[in-house]
Amino acid sequence: MVRQLLHHSVVRRGTQMVVTLFGVAVFVFIMLRAIPGNQITAGLGTEAAALTPAQRAALESYYGLDKPLLTQFFGWLGNVCTGNLGVSSRSQQSVLDMTMHSLPVTIELAILSIVLGLVIGVPLGMLSASKPESPRDAIGQTVGLAGLSIPAFLLATALLSVLAQVWGYNPNGRVFAPITQDVLLNLQQMMLPAFVLGFGIAAPIMRTTRTAVLDVRSEDFVRTARAKGVPVRRLYVRHILGNALVPIVTMTGLQFGYLLGGAVVVEQVFSIPGIGRQVLLGIQQKEYAVVQSTVLVIAVAFVLVNLLTDVLYRVIDPRVRAS
Amino acid sequence: MSELTELPVTVAGTARRPLTAVLRSRSGLAGIILTGLLLVVAILSLTGVLPYDATAQDPVHRLAAPSASHWFGTDQFGRDVFARVAAGVANSSLIAVVAVTFATTVGTAGGLIGGFFRRLPDALISGLTNILFAFPPLLLALSLASVFTRTWFTVAVAIAVVYVPIFVRVTRGPVLSLREVEFVRAATSTGESRIAVMLRHVLPNLTSILVVQIALSLSWAVLTEASLSFLGLGTPPPAPSLGSMIFESRTLVSIAPWTMAAPGVVVVLLVVGLNLLGDGLRDVLDPRNRGTR
Repeated sequence: MVRQLLHHSVVRRGTQMVVTLFGVAVFVFIMLRAIPGNQITAGLGTEAAALTPAQRAALESYYGLDKPLLTQFFGWLGNVCTGNLGVSSRSQQSVLDMTMHSLPVTIELAILSIVLGLVIGVPLGMLSASKPESPRDAIGQTVGLAGLSIPAFLLATALLSVLAQVWGYNPNGRVFAPITQDVLLNLQQMMLPAFVLGFGIAAPIMRTTRTAVLDVRSEDFVRTARAKGVPVRRLYVRHILGNALVPIVTMTGLQFGYLLGGAVVVEQVFSIPGIGRQVLLGIQQKEYAVVQSTVLVIAVAFVLVNLLTDVLYRVIDPRVRAS
Repeated sequence: MSELTELPVTVAGTARRPLTAVLRSRSGLAGIILTGLLLVVAILSLTGVLPYDATAQDPVHRLAAPSASHWFGTDQFGRDVFARVAAGVANSSLIAVVAVTFATTVGTAGGLIGGFFRRLPDALISGLTNILFAFPPLLLALSLASVFTRTWFTVAVAIAVVYVPIFVRVTRGPVLSLREVEFVRAATSTGESRIAVMLRHVLPNLTSILVVQIALSLSWAVLTEASLSFLGLGTPPPAPSLGSMIFESRTLVSIAPWTMAAPGVVVVLLVVGLNLLGDGLRDVLDPRNRGTR
C-alpha cells in the first residue's frame, strides 16, 4: 500500500517538488550573498565606511552576518517557513505584509491575461487549422509571429504613451484601485496590462491549438463523426477541440512563467503594485531582504502552478489517468 | 522501441543540403534576409563607417525629424537615432551570441554527461536543471543581472544561465535514446573511450536539434536583453541599447514619435527574423515536424 502510494506519480512529483524548492532556497541564498557588499553597506551606502569596528560588529551580529553561513541559511529558511519573510528597511513594512497586498494583484493580472490569451489564441489557432496554407492560415500565423516577436515592454510603452499623450486616456495615472474597492476603475487599470501579457501568450497558445487541431482532425473518429453528418461547428467545438485540449492546457500552464516574468515589466510600465514591481523596486532600492523573499515566493508560486497543470492534465485526459 | 522511431537521429539523411533547404522554405529565406540585413547594419556601426557617432551629442539639432541627413531623426540630446539603433543592434547581437554560445556549450555538455553516464551525474544535473526551471526566465535573468557588477559581459552571463537548462533538457532525452542505438553500442564495445563515443558518435547526431534551439534561443536572448535594458538592468549607459532607447523615448512620443518607432521597429524585426529563421530550420531539420505544416 505504502509502496503503491510512493509510486503514485503525484506523490513522486510532490517529493521532487520539495527537493527542488529546497534547492531554490539555497540558490536564492547564495545568489544574494554573492552581491558585492552586504546588508550593512547596502542599507547605509557610503556611510558604511564611517562605521567603527565596534559598530560594524554590532550591526553584523544584528543581521546575523557574524554566524557561519549554514546557520544563517537555516535561520533564514526557518523564518521563511514560519511566515517571517523579513522587513523592508526603507518602509519598515514586513515583506509578508507587502506580499499579501501585491500577490493578489498579480494573480488577478495573470488570470485576466490567461483569459485574454485563450480568447485570442484558441479561435485563431482553430481558424488557421481549418484551412492550412490558406490566406486565413497566413493571418493566424502572422498574428502568432507578432505575439512572439513584439516585446511586452514595447507594446506596453507604445500603448500607454499613445493613449495617454495622444488621446489623454490614462486610468493608470490615477492611484491604483484594488478590485475589492473599485471594480470599474480596477478593470480599466488592468485592461491594458492584461492585454499586453495576453497578446504575448496568445502566440504559443495559437500555435499549439493549430498543431493539435491538425493532429486530431486526421483521426478516424473525426471522419466517422463527419460521415454521420455532425454539423461542422459541433464537430470542431465538441469533437476536435475537446480532444485537442490537453496540449492547449499544458501550454497555457507553461506560460505562467512568462506571465510572472512579464509581470515585472508590465507592472512597472503601468504602475500596477504587483509582486513583479515589488521585486524590481527591491532591486532598485537595494533592499535585498525584500528581493530574496519575494523571488522565493514567486518561485514557489511557479512550481505550484506547474504541479497544478500536471494534475489538471491528468483530469482532462482519461488516457493519462488510466495509466 | 517506440521512443527510437520518434528519434531525430536521421539527421544526416533528413536534408542533404540543409542550407539550400532552408533557403527554399519561405520563412527560412525571410529570416535569413532580415537577420542578414540587420547584421550588416550592426557591422557597419562597429567599423565606424556610419556618418554619425552613436554617442555624439548635437544640442542644436535635437529632436530633429527624420531627413536625408538624419535618416531616423535625432533624440533629445541631438544624437543620431540611426547610429544609435545600429549600435544597439550590434550590442544586442553581441550579448545574444555570447549568451547563447555559453548556454549551448554548458547545456549540451550537461545533457550529454547526464544522459550518457546516468546515475549520480544525471541526478545532480537534473536536480540543478529543475532548480533553474523553478524561476520564471525573465525574473531569473533580472535577479542575476542585479547581483553582478554590470557590464555587457555580465548581462550575457545572466541571460546564459537562464538558457542552460533548456539546452540540458533538449539534449538529454535524445542522448538517452542514442546510447541504446546499435552504432553507439558497437562503438562502445570496440573499446573507444566513453568521451570519444560521446563526441564522435552521439554529439553529431544532436546537431539538428541544437541548430533549431540555437536560432530560437537567439531571438529570446535578444528579447531578454532588450527587456533588461528597458528596466535599467542591461548594458550600462552611454552605450546605446534598443531597450533603454525605448524607455527614454516614452515621454517623447507625441513630439518625436521616431525616437520610439525606430528602435521599436528594429527590435521587432530582429526578433521576427530570428524566429522565422528558427521556424525555417525546424521545418527542414526536425523530422517530427514534417507533415504538420
